[in-house]
Amino acid sequence: MNIPYTSTARPDTGLYNAKLGIWLFLASEVMLFGALFSTYILLRVNAVSWPHGYEILNVPLATLNTVVLISSSVTMVMAWASLMMKKFDKYKMYMGLTILLALVFLVVKYFEYSAKFEHHLYPSTNTFLAIYFTVTALHGLHIIGGVIVNAYLWGPGSKMWKTDPQRFTNRVEVAGLYWHFVDLVWIFLFPVLYLL
Amino acid sequence: MSLKAFHIVFIGTSALLASGFAVWLINGFAAGGNALQLLAGISSAIAASGLVVYGIRFMRKLKHVSML
Repeated sequence: MNIPYTSTARPDTGLYNAKLGIWLFLASEVMLFGALFSTYILLRVNAVSWPHGYEILNVPLATLNTVVLISSSVTMVMAWASLMMKKFDKYKMYMGLTILLALVFLVVKYFEYSAKFEHHLYPSTNTFLAIYFTVTALHGLHIIGGVIVNAYLWGPGSKMWKTDPQRFTNRVEVAGLYWHFVDLVWIFLFPVLYLL
Repeated sequence: MSLKAFHIVFIGTSALLASGFAVWLINGFAAGGNALQLLAGISSAIAASGLVVYGIRFMRKLKHVSML
């Protein structure tokens, strides 16, 4: 049995199956992170005192991570564009770079967390750190999820390029949409947690 | 929304963040901060402009690709 619209778009929606699926998934992710942002706002406006993020957190490291994630979004879109131009070698290079940049982000995050623990700053220390660790750890898990998917598409999953190039290009686009969402969440997290 | 459209939204948001960060850093310098803050603020403003230029070039290069 053939499943329709795995490679081509449905005429009425203009979307192929995976794209509709990823947007439904991202809608649920918006609700998840939206609930956490709302929690942050409610806790902050009702707090008697609230520390400034830049007094506790490491802004230069977070800035470096912001640059890393923006760069990884550029390499991700380049990977997809390379496939559309039928340049598989370039795809491998850009996707490899995306994975590498994601790993850099996680290493920097590890150092950031380690420094907090060395100074005896834990989620139980205060409400600000509780929400900081909750949101950034959840975001970090999303980064790990993205690395796993991207690594699959870079390695064993890339065999599909030979059998069904259009469907493979679609898969990379869908992974790219997820990756952009995760990066966009960080673009909001950075000023909210570190600068305000 | 295609990856192309989402990338444009992402780059636009990143440019806004870079502009806001530049203002935050330059305000910090004006309030008695060090020269490093000013340098970082100027770098951030340049990065914001760079992102806008990149976004426009990206749109022109992929104009044949659907936004859907």
